[in-house]
Amino acid sequence: MTVYLSLAGVLFLIGLHGFFTAGSLLRRLLALNVLTTAVFLLFVVMARLAEPLDPVPHAIVLTGIVVTVSNTAVALALVVRIAGRVRAHPDDAGSGSRGDAG
Amino acid sequence: MIPETTGPVVLFSLPLAAAIVVFIRPRWAVPITLISGAMLLATALWVVVAVLQHGAWRQDIGGWAAPLGIGWTVDGLSAAMLLLNAAVGLAGAVFHAARPAGRTPVRDPRFFWPLWLFLWGGLNALFLAADLFNVYVALEFVSIASVGLIGLAGGSAQAAAWRYLLATLLGSTLYLLGVALLYGRYAALDLALLAEVIEPDLITAVAAALMTLGLLLKAAVFPLHFWLPAAHGRALPAVSAVLSAVVITAAYYWMVRLWFGPFAPLLGPEVATLLGLLGAVAILWGGLLALLQRHLKMLIAYSTVSQLGYGLLVFPLAAAGAVQPAWTGAMTLVLAHGLAKAALFLAAGAIVLRHGIGRFEALGGDQRGAVIAWVAFAIASASLVGLPPTGGFVGKWWLAQAAVATGAYFWLAVLMLGTASTAAYLWRALQAAAQPARVLPDRAPQDRAPQDGPAALSPALGLSALVLALASTALGLAAPIVARLLDAGLAVPG
Repeated sequence: MTVYLSLAGVLFLIGLHGFFTAGSLLRRLLALNVLTTAVFLLFVVMARLAEPLDPVPHAIVLTGIVVTVSNTAVALALVVRIAGRVRAHPDDAGSGSRGDAG
Repeated sequence: MIPETTGPVVLFSLPLAAAIVVFIRPRWAVPITLISGAMLLATALWVVVAVLQHGAWRQDIGGWAAPLGIGWTVDGLSAAMLLLNAAVGLAGAVFHAARPAGRTPVRDPRFFWPLWLFLWGGLNALFLAADLFNVYVALEFVSIASVGLIGLAGGSAQAAAWRYLLATLLGSTLYLLGVALLYGRYAALDLALLAEVIEPDLITAVAAALMTLGLLLKAAVFPLHFWLPAAHGRALPAVSAVLSAVVITAAYYWMVRLWFGPFAPLLGPEVATLLGLLGAVAILWGGLLALLQRHLKMLIAYSTVSQLGYGLLVFPLAAAGAVQPAWTGAMTLVLAHGLAKAALFLAAGAIVLRHGIGRFEALGGDQRGAVIAWVAFAIASASLVGLPPTGGFVGKWWLAQAAVATGAYFWLAVLMLGTASTAAYLWRALQAAAQPARVLPDRAPQDRAPQDGPAALSPALGLSALVLALASTALGLAAPIVARLLDAGLAVPG
């Protein structure tokens, strides 16, 4: 169990490191996914440690996976649009008029 | 007689059902959203009246009690938040339906209404939730809908939406890690069950710190506010309104729920002072940056960073002993801010539509078509500054009373300084209306004013803002009722 606990800890640190250092949008997204997986692993370890075995963390992780998949889908859709915009107007990629959307 | 427990069920399921319908039938989107919005507002009012009459209650969904089932809590604070959400949701929907669609095209306009209703339902779920994991799911629900809505403005708003997405997902993950630690320690997720068994040990402290950090990130509390101004300043006006007024407040709401609920044994003077200091810096730093903005909507966005800081003053003042006035004051202030801030963003949206651009230099001269919007802006400003008899005044009065009663003059000074800076930046915005018209050298003449003239703007744009601004004022006039409502709680400490 200690192995899995430390694995969760290491994964969390890798994810956190990647999140703050990654340059490209996709890498940051992947780092966030690693981070979430570390938390899920922690939940599964909790389930195994409980006496008797506890089914609730499994339900939590299942729900969490659904949430993470949806989040990733939304994030990928956004990445596609940002990439398309950068390709279409390479000059004004981070700038643009501020808040003039009516 | 329909039991009052039907109210929360309607508040949760009606917006989601309506969202699915308007997604399938975009043609009916506006009437369906407005009709279900009116029903949601009526239901939220009914829930508020029920709490005032019978006090708070807890309901188990499907009759399954915790720990197996999932419960909802309806008390004074959650009922007030549900009403705030309904008011802002309906006013924002009216504004968006009334805006001239041709002038500023929205990217993928057909996604606006389903996302709007999904956000509405997610926020209601968040205000009703009574267990930690349900809160996580509702938070993610709200995040996804918010990101989609910000991105609809297209252009640079998409980059802002991306930054918001990263910040809010990191916040959720930190929160979930805290939940995992708490579950491993206590095998409970329900707030009430957790409150009974919690002990102030190391794991609990780490979990509380992680969850608070996640929520601070979502509430854009200094120094974690970096994502807010761009996201709120560049979104569509109705979206900015609901994000600043309700979404930010929802993260704050859960911070308060946790620290005055299960984490109450951990709320020592050090933690409370730290949270209060974050709030104090947010008030002053946000106020200073708002003063430096040259764009109407960016000014209002920075003002959100500043105003949420007042909410955090509840922690040191309550820890010092003045629980009652600090609690009522901070919650009233947050509610008044929600209504006033939504009014400001909607009014600014109408003003920007009138002048074609939101920079201060361009807002002077002929104000035909934006008069109601400026009146709404002024009334909402009065509430934000805290002039009597507005809700902002009553909230600040109670907070000041709490500070004086406990001899905490430092927090009183922060309150005064924050009020002065709020008055300064809002005065600056109002001044822009009174200046003469100026020709901007860097804008082509056809960009400066709308082609079809001010008459083409629907009065509903300004009126939706005016109603919210007046509601923020009415909150002050109804202060005794508000205090009684906020007292009706399972979560009220002391």
